[in-house]
Amino acid sequence: MASIELQNITKIYSDAKRKRDLLAIDDVSLTVERNEFLCMLGSSGCGKSTLLNMIAGFEKPTKGTVTVGGKPVDGPGADRGMVFQQANLMPWLPVWENIAFHLRLKGWRKADRRAAAQEFIDLVGLKGFENHYPAELSGGMSQRVGIARALLMNPQVILMDEPFAALDAQTKMDMQEELVAIWQKQRCTIVFVTHSVDEALVLGTQVAVLTSRPGRLRERIELDLPRPRDITSPRFNDHKRHILNLIREEGLQQRQVAAA
Amino acid sequence: MTALSKSWERAVVPVLILAAWEIVSRSGLLPAALLPAPSVVLHSWADWVFGFDETAQANSGRWLADALSSAVRVAAGYGIAVATGVLLGIAIGWWSWVERAIEPTIQMLRPVPPVSWIPVAIIWFGIANKPAIFLVFLGAFFPILMNTIHGVKTADRNLIRAASMMGATEQQLLRHVVFPAALPSIFAGLRIGIGAAWMLTVTAEMVAVKSGLGYVLWDSYYFLRYDLVLAAMASIGLLGYVTDALIKLLMSAALHWQHASTLQSREG
Ligand SMILES: Nc1ncnc2c1ncn2[C@@H]1O[C@H](COP(=O)(O)OP(=O)(O)OP(=O)(O)O)[C@@H](O)[C@H]1O
Ligand SMILES: [Mg+2]
Repeated sequence: MASIELQNITKIYSDAKRKRDLLAIDDVSLTVERNEFLCMLGSSGCGKSTLLNMIAGFEKPTKGTVTVGGKPVDGPGADRGMVFQQANLMPWLPVWENIAFHLRLKGWRKADRRAAAQEFIDLVGLKGFENHYPAELSGGMSQRVGIARALLMNPQVILMDEPFAALDAQTKMDMQEELVAIWQKQRCTIVFVTHSVDEALVLGTQVAVLTSRPGRLRERIELDLPRPRDITSPRFNDHKRHILNLIREEGLQQRQVAAA
Repeated sequence: MTALSKSWERAVVPVLILAAWEIVSRSGLLPAALLPAPSVVLHSWADWVFGFDETAQANSGRWLADALSSAVRVAAGYGIAVATGVLLGIAIGWWSWVERAIEPTIQMLRPVPPVSWIPVAIIWFGIANKPAIFLVFLGAFFPILMNTIHGVKTADRNLIRAASMMGATEQQLLRHVVFPAALPSIFAGLRIGIGAAWMLTVTAEMVAVKSGLGYVLWDSYYFLRYDLVLAAMASIGLLGYVTDALIKLLMSAALHWQHASTLQSREG
């Protein structure tokens, strides 16, 4: 059974202030099977976050339906985990309480929450920082807390919106490796938004390339590269060249439209 | 820097002021009754508190009772203001229909100085504790309310999204996200509110009540006992300082998570 299904999704933002409607997503259909790791690529403003937010339930599509695990999405919920670009941790809670926030909502007792959090603290390599507050963490550490927090809910689907965009190259590489390891271990479906071609190719089992505004599905590419991914291999570079060409064409068309 | 030299720093300005005052009033520039020296004030104050030589006359030894009756009024009015101000503030900040329904009324009542409610308060509640508690409530309510609303409205929307993605119901969002997020702002309101509370207790006691520090202050003025007037002022200042310190203590316990990220941490 498909894990996520987007059927003819159109999203129009109505801009009351400027009295103008903005077509953000134009008729996108996309299915993500179980245990896929789908990377969504596209230029800035093409509607990647908008698509992800509709799967998350923060936004409603103007037309079309979104289903997750066979059920139509009608709002945010704990069946999907979300990792944001900014970690969005509760600044008043220590690391372990942030990670176990879902259990707090479920009314678990403190000792049980603490015990349950430990597995995920270890998983993302934050041992020793359990009692730190978010303000005392580095950007990469905060992101890890955000990931651990999503994993603890053991969701079938994890949505990630450029979670590593703010990290330095080294931390980013470490986190990518960890994420792949976690995904292999937890057997979940991941939708990962990025605007880095390399990142998409390092992580995904599939890449969906979106056109620039309005966002349409330009092409969907299967990645049958062995893991760990070798970013210098010819096959990696073939994929990269192909995707970069798509993006370049896209940019040319944009400019022609603008000039006309 | 050692703790001792730090407490010295705090003491320098008050000590200088007191010394200058003592010298001026002893010099006879003004009649002693109009500007009693600090030593005289202290003496009367001590008698007011401990009642050893009747300097404070009828008030001798009655300080604790006076302070307590003022404090009880503050506690009652302030307590009601905190409970209603925080709850209503969260409701107004969170539900826009509550805001539309209540905000205009509140914004019209807010500029009316609480003191101008005194006649109405006396008509409604008579001359006793109730009008004073009512005035204290009025004075503390608006700053607490306004700051709570502000705190709720400026809560990070992304935290709310994150929590609802973890399955939070609306009630849980309010309790586990919005309230803690608004807490720094709420505490700012609590501190402004406690100042207003003391101010209005004293005002009420000067007009509508026959006990408490404000009453002693006004009564002593009629009897030209400026030493007691000053002792009453100092008492009010002291109690105000202590209550504010208590709220600050509560605040730093509740907001300890802020220390790493704010200027406060400079002091270590
Ligand atoms: N809440 C909103 N109201 C109105 N317009 C919006 C809203 N959110 C997004 N848009 C518009 O929709 C388009 C797509 O935005 P979106 O945030 O999905 O882009 P994105 O692909 O995630 O870009 P980036 O890579 O920069 O994050 C943009 O043109 C944006 O201006
Ligand atoms: Mg985005």
